[in-house]
Amino acid sequence: MKSAILVFPGINRERDMARALRLASGHEPAMVWHAETSLPKGTDLVVVPGGFSYGDYLRCGAIAARAPVMDAVRAFAAGGGLVLGVCNGFQILCEAGLLPGVLMRNARLKFICHDVHLRVERSDTPFTRGYNAGQVIRVPIAHGEGNYEADEETLKRLEGEGRVLYRYCSADGAVDERSNINGAAQSIAGIVNESGNVLGMMPHPENHVEDIMGCTDGCGLFAGLVAHLERAA
Amino acid sequence: MKARVTVTLKSGILDPQGKAIEGALKSLGVDGVASVRQGKVFDIEIAGSDKAKAEAALKDAADKLLANTVIENYRVEVLS
Repeated sequence: MKSAILVFPGINRERDMARALRLASGHEPAMVWHAETSLPKGTDLVVVPGGFSYGDYLRCGAIAARAPVMDAVRAFAAGGGLVLGVCNGFQILCEAGLLPGVLMRNARLKFICHDVHLRVERSDTPFTRGYNAGQVIRVPIAHGEGNYEADEETLKRLEGEGRVLYRYCSADGAVDERSNINGAAQSIAGIVNESGNVLGMMPHPENHVEDIMGCTDGCGLFAGLVAHLERAA
Repeated sequence: MKARVTVTLKSGILDPQGKAIEGALKSLGVDGVASVRQGKVFDIEIAGSDKAKAEAALKDAADKLLANTVIENYRVEVLS
């Protein structure tokens, strides 16, 4: 799996992401600067990492979404290429129009930084095939603007088309108000686009991939991507 | 020319920051505050003197970057 990680000024999770991708695939990811106008040849996966691109000025992800490299990412996604956006990366993909909706201020206004539980809604996608449907995983979150919102029509479509892949839940998998940490519509933690090749999620699976991190529940996402691409090759 | 773009949240969109400000104003004892919605104001200097052209450019700026039209409305004014 050849992956490319986008780097914007203010991004700070690109090395965590590179480590997770290297562990899962055995290949060193390429770091792609925001001013580039193309992606490295043979890229299988584009990752938009977390952080605070452009200091979150204007709106989270708004300025990064208009960077030159995003045209290349749009073309890559339109051709069916896999794109993963985590945290600020999710916000950037929404602002870029690659995913519907918007990440608003957390309902209780606080920056939240701790582990959460996620329910994997289905396992038949490139982004979830390393898990079982209904499986509960534990991964960290660290964000102030992760409250996913979209108009009613969009939410209906997301649910109807099975495009919600990850949802905030309790340790035993119950999706309820208490476990909906940031107030997101329908406890949404991660969604895919219409053709299923672009995933945006607020939690950080790349930070739970080694025993030393205290948990390895994030491995399934990366292992699943590697398996998907090996099968496709 | 001086111009101003005002960006406001669409009605129905939850505004937790506005709510917090509303609460603070009430606790300060400011009279008669029923509700607060927070928005953004951009003061922009436009080169040239063609008002119609300036308005078109400002609309373009708002659509492309200044507002996220999924959740926000905007108003464009050329002031002088």
